[in-house]
Amino acid sequence: MVDIRRLIQTVSVFLCNAWMLFPFTKNIYQGELKSVCVPGLNCYSCPAATGACPLGSLQTFFAGIRPSFRTGSYHLGLYVIGMLGLVGGLVGRMPCAWVCPFGFMQELLHKIPSRKMEIPRFLSWVKYGVLALFVILFPLVIVDVFGYGENWFCKYICPAGTLEAGLPLAFLQPHLRELWGALFYGKLAILVLLLVLMVYTRRPFCRVLCPLGAIYSLFNKVSVFRMVYYPDRCVRCDECYRNCPMGIKFYEGANQSDCIRCLQCMRKSCKYGAIGFSINGVATIVPGPKEKTEAVSG
Amino acid sequence: METKGSLVSYALVLLFLVLLVAGINAGEASVVWEKAITICLSCIGVG
Repeated sequence: MVDIRRLIQTVSVFLCNAWMLFPFTKNIYQGELKSVCVPGLNCYSCPAATGACPLGSLQTFFAGIRPSFRTGSYHLGLYVIGMLGLVGGLVGRMPCAWVCPFGFMQELLHKIPSRKMEIPRFLSWVKYGVLALFVILFPLVIVDVFGYGENWFCKYICPAGTLEAGLPLAFLQPHLRELWGALFYGKLAILVLLLVLMVYTRRPFCRVLCPLGAIYSLFNKVSVFRMVYYPDRCVRCDECYRNCPMGIKFYEGANQSDCIRCLQCMRKSCKYGAIGFSINGVATIVPGPKEKTEAVSG
Repeated sequence: METKGSLVSYALVLLFLVLLVAGINAGEASVVWEKAITICLSCIGVG
């Protein structure tokens, strides 16, 4: 039977990277769709990318905020902030599970048979530091003589940029290889380290480093779509934890910041009907054969 | 039905929808487009 989530993830990868003429043009797509941010992490300098990266776009606005005030254009990044908040407000961190190409890749790599290990939970806080410093503060504060900042996360960390844009473009435009230096090799080391970790641990980038996931996670407890926990039905068998791509024990909180709403726990793990979801505060799925119990959301 | 929670959710959605429209109105979509159609040297690790 076809897994609907896998199907949507696959379609999303192709929709986000649908420009198949790049081997002939040797350049990135430059059509009008590039003015729209995709909801997942997908580098806009990937030769096949059809949309813009929300994180890169957000940093661009923050990095250029002083010159935009000087010129009177007042570009504050409301377009990107609005898009991220709208998606987050509706479904919270759901895009990470259903449409993010980089998240999909991590799940596929984790399927490689190997001894699996767990990431210490406190490392989940790191992504908020990355968001605050590399996406917001540094681009805003550290500026050149003309008042322009830099896209710090893209420049020093983003493994998606290296994988989806840096390496493919180096083959399409060989002269770019001459520019490879410490910066490139540093980012390549981050990418390789993460690719190895993806085999051994569940979604290491999403859980520890991703600022986009950090933004969406802020909405998990207040979004229109929310997970619901039925404590009377839960036997704490940990089946939800074993099958969760983010390593969450659902009974510790129905809308934890790391929950990406993949619904795997609800659809495949829980045999007791302890997990459901609600839309607009109305529990859409009334799980299990047992009698109705008090639902706990939040 | 959690009325209070739903109101907060919809207030947030409305707020960010207003921000999105304000951003489009301010011409920010074309700023995103201009950035996205040129190869980002920072992203590819050479700039």
